[in-house]
Amino acid sequence: MSEQAHAAFVADFGRRAAELPGGGTSWVERMRRLALEQFAASGFPSRHEEDWKYTNVEPLARHRFEAPARPAAVSAQQVAALGFGADVREHLLVFVDGHFAPELSRPGALPGGASATSLAQVLSREPARLEPYLAGAMPSGAFGALNTAFAAEGAFVHVPRGVALEAPVRLLYLSASADAVTHPRTVLVLEDGAQASVIEQYAGGDGIVYFSNAVTQALLGANSSLTHYKLQQEGDRAFHVAAIGLRQGRDSRFVSHSLALGASLARTDIGVRLEASGCECALNGLYLAGGSQLTDHHTRIDHLQPQGRSREFYRGILDGRSRGVFAGSVVVHPDAQKTDAHLANHNLLLSRGAEADTKPQLEIYADDVKCAHGATVGQLDEEMLFYLRSRGIPAELGGALLTYAFAQDVVGRIAHAPLRARMADILIARLPEGRLIRENA
Amino acid sequence: MTAPLLSIKGLQASVAGKPILRGVDLEVRAGEVHAIMGPNGSGKSTLAQVLAGRESFEVSGGSVLYQGRDLLALAPEERAREGVFLAFQYPVEIPGVSNVYLLKAAVNAVRKHRGLAPLDAIDFLKLVREKAKLVEMGEEFLQRSVNEGFSGGEKKRNEVLQMAMLDPKLAILDETDSGLDIDALRVVANGVNAMRGPERAMVLVTHYQRLLDYVVPDHVHVLAHGRIVRSAGRELALELEERGYGWIEAQAA
Repeated sequence: MSEQAHAAFVADFGRRAAELPGGGTSWVERMRRLALEQFAASGFPSRHEEDWKYTNVEPLARHRFEAPARPAAVSAQQVAALGFGADVREHLLVFVDGHFAPELSRPGALPGGASATSLAQVLSREPARLEPYLAGAMPSGAFGALNTAFAAEGAFVHVPRGVALEAPVRLLYLSASADAVTHPRTVLVLEDGAQASVIEQYAGGDGIVYFSNAVTQALLGANSSLTHYKLQQEGDRAFHVAAIGLRQGRDSRFVSHSLALGASLARTDIGVRLEASGCECALNGLYLAGGSQLTDHHTRIDHLQPQGRSREFYRGILDGRSRGVFAGSVVVHPDAQKTDAHLANHNLLLSRGAEADTKPQLEIYADDVKCAHGATVGQLDEEMLFYLRSRGIPAELGGALLTYAFAQDVVGRIAHAPLRARMADILIARLPEGRLIRENA
Repeated sequence: MTAPLLSIKGLQASVAGKPILRGVDLEVRAGEVHAIMGPNGSGKSTLAQVLAGRESFEVSGGSVLYQGRDLLALAPEERAREGVFLAFQYPVEIPGVSNVYLLKAAVNAVRKHRGLAPLDAIDFLKLVREKAKLVEMGEEFLQRSVNEGFSGGEKKRNEVLQMAMLDPKLAILDETDSGLDIDALRVVANGVNAMRGPERAMVLVTHYQRLLDYVVPDHVHVLAHGRIVRSAGRELALELEERGYGWIEAQAA
């Protein structure tokens, strides 16, 4: 499949590798070369592979993409429209078509020696700072390898020991050029006792085909706490592939929200390794799809040490002829006694043509654990709808209310109030007859 | 005599092809309270749900006139706006939709239908506080999701609260007494009694006559095998309490 697209990426590497930031640094060059070799050997995944059974990437692999040499013009107003309000406190880094846009960014001052910086700047000026995190970390799979081979820009967020960021860091990855490919790489490092929240936001123009191939890696020190939001609002013809990999230290806490709204094909992989005892992690997710959108989440939580706790709540709302895929696995390794894991995925189908594929999975190799999982695929509840109608509420409003309430189960868990409010607005705008909810409030 | 508010003639209804109502006749006038009693499976709840517009029942014969109009031609929400209210036997839990939202949307849908402006936030709050007192419900219930995690008694009180807010002309209470302890029954009954009036009719569907000690009906009907087999005054309820339903079913068979 798609030998040509795959070959085009390989050929492109030959032309561009030397110009990428960090070129000339031997560990960087070696990392890229190994990654390219891996990608060259594997090519794009096919549907014969279990992890890609429901998601056909052939349309992506067939398309010719190019990394824009220069970013398209984007106005401050366009950036503001994607924000959560003018007076929201945050540290904002904006990237356009794979280039850092300092004129659109508002990083502000971070406390206690913490930093949120363009990855390319660090790679060019002080690559040694990144070596411990990047050199040995090869994300799995073809897309991860492709990102590693080309990763030039992204963000490096570093929070030193004991430092707590009050305001979230927001990384806005914007695509504005047709046929553009970007490989954003986000590196998050929280030292022992550090606390931060980070919002990764992906957005782009409707009507243009482009490809975001993102990788995020995070390292959580002992007793640190990270809240991570991924807000995917890509344009309607975009391809979006992202992998988030996380390693948790002793007694650390990780909360993840994956909010998947846009793109024609979107795939997010989240892998969390609870590598020490007493870790907690919560993965929340909401996917909305309509038309012929395909949205796919693959998550994996590895409990490696005792007394870990994980919670996973994913919900999908599917309309039109869209398809939602959820595959979530929790693996409890032999040493992970006293693990407490719970995994749930619920899907609401709003049309006959929509489809949900859900596969929650527990693999348990320890004997003293508490684990549960569940998954449902269903339609609007007739009993609830009749109850609302019997109180005079029109069927259209009743349906919108029930759909909104279904999504609120996930949205309500968002701690960052401005983002929670934005998600409520997005739901109202997106759901069939959603406007009725506000009109009747 | 005035025209009946509700006139049911020969009503037949089935679910999944199985006949449940086999020709029900009933007339209810404004100001009256009717009790419909009967053994389990006699069709009492089916009758209540058919009147409210439940679509899972198929009406296969007969007619229902409400205020002289064909009730069966109206969608459930239209019936509610015209003043028909059903208090559910099993009130539905709706996670994520707050009680106060439901009440406000419902009240304003009814007001719109009556040509009235929607209540603003302040007037609405005043009204809901006043009505919540009627059923001894604290304000904390208003912010909670509809019926979610409510006890059996709280759910039934919530039904009466909704009824009080919507101010119906015809209130049908389906087994509103079932599952209530004596204190909750008293609260619910007080709420219902406070709503009795010359403009409003009530139909109490119940298996036991216990509720009727508190809400005294004008008429008592016995439904058996999908038909009303006996109608009389209040004394019939007492007789049923004493003798059970067996004798009346035997007569009807």
